[in-house]
Amino acid sequence: MTQVITVPPSLDEHTFEQVLEQLAPLPPDAKLLVDARHVRWASPYGLTALLTLAQTRQERPVLAVPELDETASYWERTQFFHHAESLYELRGSYPKRRQASESSVLLEITSIARSDDVHDVVGRVQERAQRILQNELHLESKAILGFTMTLSEICQNIIEHAGQGGWVAVQSYRWTKRLGRRVVVIAVCDAGLGFRRSLETAPGHLPTTRWDDAAALEEAVIRGVSRFRERGRGHGLAGARNYVGRWQGKLSVRSGTARIGIVPDWDDDPPLAEGLPQFPGAQVQVIIPEAMDGGSTER
Amino acid sequence: MHHIDLSSVLRQTLSCDLYSNLVTRPTGAAVRTQIEHLLSDPPPTDTGDARAFTIIDFSQVSMIDFSCADEVVAKLLMRYAADDAPRDAYFLFRGVSDDHWVAIEAVLERHGLALAVENADGVRVAGVLSDDERSTWEAVYRLGTANADDVAVATGADTMRVLGTLDSLCGRRLVMRANDEYVAVGHFQA
Repeated sequence: MTQVITVPPSLDEHTFEQVLEQLAPLPPDAKLLVDARHVRWASPYGLTALLTLAQTRQERPVLAVPELDETASYWERTQFFHHAESLYELRGSYPKRRQASESSVLLEITSIARSDDVHDVVGRVQERAQRILQNELHLESKAILGFTMTLSEICQNIIEHAGQGGWVAVQSYRWTKRLGRRVVVIAVCDAGLGFRRSLETAPGHLPTTRWDDAAALEEAVIRGVSRFRERGRGHGLAGARNYVGRWQGKLSVRSGTARIGIVPDWDDDPPLAEGLPQFPGAQVQVIIPEAMDGGSTER
Repeated sequence: MHHIDLSSVLRQTLSCDLYSNLVTRPTGAAVRTQIEHLLSDPPPTDTGDARAFTIIDFSQVSMIDFSCADEVVAKLLMRYAADDAPRDAYFLFRGVSDDHWVAIEAVLERHGLALAVENADGVRVAGVLSDDERSTWEAVYRLGTANADDVAVATGADTMRVLGTLDSLCGRRLVMRANDEYVAVGHFQA
């Protein structure tokens, strides 16, 4: 029997949890119909997570595409359907293969599997990031470098730790509901090992009395621990953490059953959420907001 | 003397002309391996002296991320400052912009390293150094070639203490010893 997973009308890192709550009780080989017909808006996190969801299934799921033309058109511009065609059986009509042209899409959904993919992503984003971060988000030029470095490091996290490929997308949009300002968002999702299993492969790893997904995230994100014991490891997420702190941004990392966040004043997420529905791999989001009063938001 | 243009090494490493960014750990490791390979070949001007002086040039590099900086800069410095270093090598970093420095400074701090960097005003040492190391290096650099007594006079410190600091700077490959005299990295490319 096919199980129907209903995708909420607005799909972001929080509402994707509703998808995972429906998914969690089902066996990996259950036949799925992911019903996105009534989706009106999706963040880069929502779209990359939807692709990741399909990678966790033993049987290729069906995806009912958004009925709203505007939504389907946007998903096409992000290259979502291009990738989804190989992961889902797509049901419904959707636009095919137009050139990505929307200026707010800094980086269309891109597969990350090798080191060369990161070079490609960084090269493609640099020029567009400069234009959007300076002209639309009014950030200082030094914010642009950090943005690209953060993107590079988070993408490398997939290659170094996931054990399989993942997805990255970058977009800028006005976040009226939460912030009333423009933001630029990086989303990087994979269905690989996840932080806990990755850290468990470290030589001499000894689990603490409280060793679970939340503890693993605290180790990796807060304390910069890596499964590699070399002293120079762990720069990536530490750099991302410093970057979001400097520009009043938000970093959230979900893995397994937990999510940890570096949460700015403008957001009310808890720093650590535990007991979430199990989902493989790691899902990372970075949000950098527009500068207040047209000036720098650095602190 | 070697002059290593990192963007050229990067292009050789990736077999691609499109990229000028030093990003990813595998890329950094490959670039460092190429640098080590270049250092294993004595340049024609070497006259039996096993020491190698190398300029690492960032001028044509757009950006470097933390992972790549760890591989290219930190591991290179650590390998050649180790007791079992493959060669007595000294490095001067050129063309390092503020943008590059963000990642380089982070890895220097993480490993407790220091390097000599050349800018428009001359050469300076940067990274993790004690006050004694910094003032001693600056004195040696100003003096050009100096013995421990000269440096002690210049810094106002005790000669024995200066000798200890000079030993430390030699071990960190920031100062080169020639008999009883010392030369700071940045002076010996002239």
